[in-house]
Amino acid sequence: MFPLTVENKHVAQLLLSTGTCPRCIFRFCGVDFHAPYKLPCKELLNELQKFLETEKDELVSEVPNPPPKKIRLQELEDGIDGMDNLSQNGEGKTSIIEDGSIASKNSNLNVCNVCLGILQNFCEKEFIKKVCQKVEASGFEFTNLVLSISFPPQLSVREHAAWLLVKQEMGKQSLSLGRNDIVQLKEAYKWIIHPLFSEELGVPIDGKSLFEVSVVFAHPETVEDCHFLRVICPDCFKPAKNKKSVFTRMAVMKALNKIKEEDFCKQFPCPPNSPKAVCSVVEIECAHGAVFVAGRYNKYSRNLPQTPWIIDGERKLDSSVEELISDHLLTVFKAESFNFSSSGREDVDVRTLGNGRPFAIELVNPHRVHFTSQEIKELQQKINNSSNKIQVRDLQLVTREAIGHMKEGEEEKTKTYSALIWTNKAIQRKDIEFLDDIKDLKIDQKTPLRVLHRRPLAVRTRIIHSMETHYVDEHHFRLYLKTQAGTYIKEFVHGDFGRTKPNICSLMDVTADILELDVESVDVDWPPALDD
Amino acid sequence: MATEPETPVAALAAEPAVPSLVDRYFTRWYKADVKGKPCEDHCILQHSNRICVITLAGSHPVLQSGKAIKSISYQISTNCSRLQNKVSGKFKRGAQILTELAPLCKIYCSDGEEYTIYICVRGRLMVVNENILHKPSILQEKPSTEGYTAVVLPKFEESKSITEGFTDTKTV
Repeated sequence: MFPLTVENKHVAQLLLSTGTCPRCIFRFCGVDFHAPYKLPCKELLNELQKFLETEKDELVSEVPNPPPKKIRLQELEDGIDGMDNLSQNGEGKTSIIEDGSIASKNSNLNVCNVCLGILQNFCEKEFIKKVCQKVEASGFEFTNLVLSISFPPQLSVREHAAWLLVKQEMGKQSLSLGRNDIVQLKEAYKWIIHPLFSEELGVPIDGKSLFEVSVVFAHPETVEDCHFLRVICPDCFKPAKNKKSVFTRMAVMKALNKIKEEDFCKQFPCPPNSPKAVCSVVEIECAHGAVFVAGRYNKYSRNLPQTPWIIDGERKLDSSVEELISDHLLTVFKAESFNFSSSGREDVDVRTLGNGRPFAIELVNPHRVHFTSQEIKELQQKINNSSNKIQVRDLQLVTREAIGHMKEGEEEKTKTYSALIWTNKAIQRKDIEFLDDIKDLKIDQKTPLRVLHRRPLAVRTRIIHSMETHYVDEHHFRLYLKTQAGTYIKEFVHGDFGRTKPNICSLMDVTADILELDVESVDVDWPPALDD
Repeated sequence: MATEPETPVAALAAEPAVPSLVDRYFTRWYKADVKGKPCEDHCILQHSNRICVITLAGSHPVLQSGKAIKSISYQISTNCSRLQNKVSGKFKRGAQILTELAPLCKIYCSDGEEYTIYICVRGRLMVVNENILHKPSILQEKPSTEGYTAVVLPKFEESKSITEGFTDTKTV
C-alpha cells in the first residue's frame, strides 16, 4: 500500500524533482508508520514515480486541451521549471536543470539533498553487517544494546530549508505544516536499522541497555553549510570547553529556532543543493556502562596503605588494599579502569578485623559482565588465595544506587576499635577501671596535626559511646572503644598536643601513647552477608 | 623545672624504648640565640607532612628552674594580635603570612623579665595555642607537646629550605 495520497502529490513532486530521496519525501508528508520505510530503495523510487505519473495526468487535465503524451512530458519539465520559481535560491531564480539534478531522470544515483545519503546507502544490509562485524570484534559481552547515532549538524540546516520549501508549497493549498508534522530523520532511520541490527547481532535493542554502540557520521563537503548561522546569531555559538568545533548540533538547532525565515532563505538555498558525495562514518565505538562489585575486606598487615602511596612518582610502600582486590576484578571483568571506595578507611599501620569494612568497586567499561554467583565465589577465593595481607568476603554484584548505603555508613554508623596503650606512670587495675563506666563521652577534636596540611582547620565533636579496659602490665593496657563515625582514635589516646579534649592523658592524668590500633568492627549492614 | 624527657619509655618501662609521639612523627630543628639573644633557643618540630610546631628548646631561660610566668600575650603590638588570625578552608585562606623574624607572643615573668617567642620559619600561621594563655605553666611543664606556641604551614616548595641554618641536635 503506497503511503502517499492525492494531498501529498504536489509536495512529493516538488521534493523529488529537487533532489530528495523517497524516504525523506515520506517524512515530509508525515508518513509515521514504519513499514513503507523498510522497503528497498529501488522499489520505493519506482512506486513513487508511478504515483507521480498519475499526477501528471491530473496536472494535464487542468489544461483545457490535453496534448498527446510526448508533449505532456515536455510540459512536465516546463512545469518543473515553473515550480522552480517558488524555490528561492540565494542567487535569485536558478533553473533546477542547471543544477543537473533532475530527480526524475537519475534520482536513484543522486545523493539526497536533505539526508545526504543517510536514508539511502546507510539503510542497506551490507552497511549494517559491516558495523556489526566491528561490534563483534570489540570483544564485549552483551544481551541487548542501545544504538547511539550522531549526525553532522548541517543536516538540521538542510532539514530546515526543506521544511520552509514544503511549508510554502502547502501554503498554496491552504494547508499548514508544523515542524512536528514531519517525521524526524533520526526516528525514521532507527525504524529501519533497529530490526536489522537486532537480527544481525541476535539481541534486542533496548533504550535502557548498558551496552552502547555509537555511530558517528560526518559530511566534510558541507561542513560550511552552518557557518552563516554564526554571522546572524553569534550568541548561539560560544566556544565550548572541549569541543573542536563551535557548530554543535545543539548550537545549530538553537540558531535555527531563532533565525527569521526571510533571513534564512537569503543565506541558504531552499531547496538545498545536491551534494556530490554521501556522508561517511567517522567513528563506530562500543562501550559498556560501569558495573559495581561490593564486599567487605579485612586487613591483616600493619604495613599496607588503602590506596597506592606514591610521592613524586616514587612508590613508598608496596601495593595497597585497593590494588590487591581490584587487580583481579579488572582482569576478570576485562575493564578499562576502576574506582575504589569504602565506608571510611584506616591508616597504614592499623588492622581491620571482625567482619571487615564495606567497599565498592566501579569497573569502568567492562567487556565481560555476566557472572553466576558461583563464579563470583570463585573470584573471591582467588583474591583470598593470592594474599595474606587482605581477605575479602560477601563479594557480589550490586547496582549503582546501592553504593549510597555504604557512604551512609561512613557518616552515621558506629565503629569499634581496640588499642594497645602505653603510659609513662606505672598503673594498677584500679587506675583504669573508671574508664569502663564512662558512657557517651563527648570529645572535641581539633584537626589533627598529621592531616592539617590537607584538611581545613576545624573542631569536630564526637562521641565515645563506651569503653572497656583490659589490664596488661604496669605500663600497658588494652582499650576497647565504640565510637561515632569520624573519630580520630590515636588522637583521643595521646591528645595530639592538647588539641583533642578530653583524651586518655587528661582523663588518667598520665602521658599516654598508642602502640597498636585495630578496627574491630564497622557497624554497617551492607552489603548483604552471603552464606558461604 | 623538668623538661619533658625525650625517651620516656626507656626511663620508666621495663620494655625496649618506644619512640615518643614527637620522635615518631617529627624532626626536631634547633635555632640557637634567636635574634641574637643569648640562650633564647627555639625548637621547631617539623612533621613529615611539612607542618611546623613552634616550641622552646630546653635551654631557653623560661624553661629553667625557678622561673615563674606571670602571663602570656599574643598582642605583639597595638595593632597586631596573633589571636586575630582566622583561617578557613583546606587552603588556609586568611592566615597571616609571616617571615622568619616575626614575633608570635610575649612572655611576662614574675621576676620582671620579658621574652618574645619568634616564629623562626616562613609560612602561614595556622594556629596559636590558646591553652598557654589560660594556663601558662603548661609551657614549662610540657614545652614539646601541649605547651607549644604556634603551628605554621610553610609553602610546599620551601618545606625543606626553611630549616637551613638550623641544627638537628641539641646545643646544650
